[in-house]
Amino acid sequence: MIGDWLDIGSVNQITPGNARTLPVRGGEEIAIFRTLGGEFHALVNRCPHKHGPLSQGIVHGGVVTCPLHNWNISLKTGEALGEDKGCVPVIPLKIDAGRIFLLRSAVMGQLAA
Amino acid sequence: MEFQTRDDVSTGNEEDLFVPSDDVREHLVVVGNGMAGCRAVEELLARDGARYRVTIFGAEPHVNYNRIMLSPVLAGEKTFEDIIINNQQWYDDNGIELIVADPITAIDRTAKTVRSESGRTVSYDRLLIATGSDPFIIPVPGKDLPGVISFRDMRDVDTMLAAADAGAPDGEQGRAVVIGGGLLGLEAAHGLTLRGMKVTILHIMPTLMERQLDEAAGWLLKTALEDRGQTILTGADTAEIFGQGKVEGVRLKDGTLIPATLVVMAVGIRPSVALAREAGLDIGRGIKVDDHMVTSDPAVLAVGECVEHEGNVYGLVAPLWDMCRSLADGLTDQHSGYKGSVTSTKLKVAGLDVFSAGDFSGGEGCEDIVLRDASRGVYKRVVVKDDRVIGAVLYGDTADGGWYFDLLKRQENVADIRDFLIFGQSFASGGGALDPKAAVAALSDDAEICGCNGVSKGQVVACIEKGACSLDAVRGTCKASASCGSCTGLVETILALTLGEDVQSGPKTMCKCTSFGHDDVRREIVAQGMTSIPEVMQKLHWATPDGCSSCRPALNYYLLCALPGEYVDDQQSRFVNERMHANIQKDGTYSVVPRMWGGLTNPRELRAIADVVEKYDAPMVKVTGGQRLDIFGIKKEDLPAVWADLNAAGMVSGHAYGKSLRTVKTCVGSEWCRFGTQDSTGLGVKTERMTWGSWMPHKFKIAVSGCPRNCAEATIKDFGVVCVDSGYELHVGGNGGIHVRVTDLLCKVATEQEALDYCAAFTQLYREEARYLERTAPWIERVGVDYVKARIVEDDVGREALRARFLYSQSFSQDDPWAERAAGEHAELHQHIAEVRPMETV
Ligand SMILES: Cc1cc2nc3c(=O)[nH]c(=O)nc-3n(C[C@H](O)[C@H](O)[C@H](O)COP(=O)(O)OP(=O)(O)OC[C@H]3O[C@@H](n4cnc5c(N)ncnc54)[C@H](O)[C@@H]3O)c2cc1C
Ligand code: SF4
Ligand code: FES
Repeated sequence: MIGDWLDIGSVNQITPGNARTLPVRGGEEIAIFRTLGGEFHALVNRCPHKHGPLSQGIVHGGVVTCPLHNWNISLKTGEALGEDKGCVPVIPLKIDAGRIFLLRSAVMGQLAA
Repeated sequence: MEFQTRDDVSTGNEEDLFVPSDDVREHLVVVGNGMAGCRAVEELLARDGARYRVTIFGAEPHVNYNRIMLSPVLAGEKTFEDIIINNQQWYDDNGIELIVADPITAIDRTAKTVRSESGRTVSYDRLLIATGSDPFIIPVPGKDLPGVISFRDMRDVDTMLAAADAGAPDGEQGRAVVIGGGLLGLEAAHGLTLRGMKVTILHIMPTLMERQLDEAAGWLLKTALEDRGQTILTGADTAEIFGQGKVEGVRLKDGTLIPATLVVMAVGIRPSVALAREAGLDIGRGIKVDDHMVTSDPAVLAVGECVEHEGNVYGLVAPLWDMCRSLADGLTDQHSGYKGSVTSTKLKVAGLDVFSAGDFSGGEGCEDIVLRDASRGVYKRVVVKDDRVIGAVLYGDTADGGWYFDLLKRQENVADIRDFLIFGQSFASGGGALDPKAAVAALSDDAEICGCNGVSKGQVVACIEKGACSLDAVRGTCKASASCGSCTGLVETILALTLGEDVQSGPKTMCKCTSFGHDDVRREIVAQGMTSIPEVMQKLHWATPDGCSSCRPALNYYLLCALPGEYVDDQQSRFVNERMHANIQKDGTYSVVPRMWGGLTNPRELRAIADVVEKYDAPMVKVTGGQRLDIFGIKKEDLPAVWADLNAAGMVSGHAYGKSLRTVKTCVGSEWCRFGTQDSTGLGVKTERMTWGSWMPHKFKIAVSGCPRNCAEATIKDFGVVCVDSGYELHVGGNGGIHVRVTDLLCKVATEQEALDYCAAFTQLYREEARYLERTAPWIERVGVDYVKARIVEDDVGREALRARFLYSQSFSQDDPWAERAAGEHAELHQHIAEVRPMETV
């Protein structure tokens, strides 16, 4: 069903190694990443440590390093790596015909109830 | 010729088609005479040759040929005849009716008939749709001009060959532009180059084949293709294809014009579903099929690139073969069932071996095993998760691609061979219990250890026995592992074998991605003239595909320092503050500090700051320790506007966020103070004008005090000047941080100009020799203040050279980064990609 996925726009809006943000009115901002290897991932833009904006971190491999205190967060699972413990919600994402789609229910799930 | 033209068909076969056949078998009609359609029929014939009557419709005027061999045809390695899979004889022998050059235009599922362009209507019992893909054409002006083609079928190849033969209008070599730096685009470019055209590849992404290759392999590929004379423009966005009546060239969004008589678009494909959609079948990204390739209509099957199975569509042949098997099983009442495919890609452009399979994006629980052999131009990366191979990228040596792919598909546990995995199949399976130490111990004395310096195992052992007990000592004595470093592991093993446990650990490595220390990396960058991060990683055998958050910023700085004006800054390798030119604060907002030269300001600047504070609702303004005003709480979206307002009042970035010169603190000095001996404010302003904008290993602060009362606190700065009656005392290496350190006195000079010259020379020495994130205090403690004096005070020529290099580098770096951003550069860093506004629930 078309309506299950939100079309966020063309993949070309994010260059490899970068991230962009998607604010959700009344909810949590989402960060959409593109790794240097060309994979796309979406996470809630909020580090599990002290809520640093993950979209602003350095991306390497499938990991983003939070800009505030250098926690490493897996882009795939949202989990903090290494000694650190914590997890940030992952938003299911798919690429189709050069466009980025996010699972609508997951995006809306970030709305404050 | 093995194929029929349309005229042959319509006259020759008409009768059979309209008259119902007396053949009572079920009639299978295939739409699409391509790779999948024909293969499905072959599989069916192999299972039960007599069960169905078969008719195949093809849009192209040919018998079935091997589409993936179009590249060799273009390259001149094969002819069309060589790539035919099934000739007319095969169709005849198997009683298959082939109708070419007559595409099917409609399916009537109720009447169970198909209708072709020429008007034939044929009824079916089972219908198989195998229409393949449509090339994606980017919707730019000029896309329909003659000379703009895709790379999909034999007709495209003919067009390319004609363009190559025709050359340019002026009789010169013809020029082609290939849009798309993926597998297909590169093959087209390669063929056209061999056919004598001058080829430019336009790729919108920064790396070629970014879907299959990582940054490192992409860089190697680009370098190799450029060596072959192709021009590759990455980050190139096509604005328009222009020409009068036919293609004359391409214009990019940045204004670049590239002349061309041929434009090949190879930017992607889409499943060809129009026919199926019209017929009302379920469509997702492709025609939806179940495990036996049956569509939402039980009488209609679909196979090949046009289908979607479990959410996946495929653009390679291997999965199609799996599909065709399941389809044929289903048609003959056997039940295997297609379970999806894992795909791999092999680039077969002559001489360039590239392989990729599975998932290599890394991530949690994934281990990257990387091998870089710089001298052979080899890069291999295998991604392992839970002891199983999940992805592989190989460049330069793809011999083991099949083996990795097999391990991947079989999900075999590789724990036992983990240590040898990257060396390939023959090594890993050579001896099950082989341990690396034993392998090295078994090497003969003349076995070569260090290829770069031609050092044998015997020589390394001899040098260790003479007292070289550490890696560094070995590097210093017999030169093994002193160049590219690929043999570092071997040398370490020899050390361990020769000395038992007495090996001294070498200097700290830069990070876990490399066995080199900071100093080695800096030295090699200069010695080998390296110019990019991927190049450093390849040549120095980085153990990770694209580094980490420690080494990327360091490498970026080292390259910037080594190649001022030449190196293109890599903003993905910058910490957020330097990328955003503002300081990130704990709530994710930013603070902004405009430069106030020597701590001076005026009403116009103060007014502009006050206006910004009001206009953007900044919750706080603070006077900093460095004598400036810091505006807090600015949102990343507002940054460019804030900067524009401050720029308008003449203020530039204060770099309060950077590993760079921050401020020059001053006191009022002789101009106002009753103790002042010299114009400390004036000298401070001059110093700041000279040093601002320079990137450094770490933050760098300067101060100038007017007399030894030292109101500007110059003796805890990286560089401090204390004015005295007879001149200027120059102090270095101070730090007011966690470990307070008072400066060392460098020397005393008589004139302001000398103070400035020494400052420039000292700064450059620090820039060139300190390790990234090492402030001047620990650096000086490490190298000793006498060393610094020897370089700056005692060596006049050396000092002058350092000063000159600093000023040269400054001639490129004194651009206000705020102005560029305010003018719209990198706007995407500041803007949201989109916004979600949930609908009001009523
Ligand atoms: C130049 C090139 C190089 C390639 N190299 C490789 C490679 O190295 N490795 C690899 O695995 N894959 C490669 N591929 C991809 C591979 O060729 C395809 O995956 C494969 O051909 C798909 O098979 P298919 O039968 O689904 O589609 P196709 O082979 O495209 O067959 C579809 C056929 O259906 C016909 N058709 C469409 N609509 C109709 C209609 N309405 N009526 C009648 N006929 C119709 C088309 O004309 C076409 O002949 C390459 C492709 C190209 C173009
Ligand atoms: S350092 Fe000396 S000259 Fe400068 S303000 Fe203090 S007392 Fe005056
Ligand atoms: S907030 Fe992300 S590491 Fe502290």
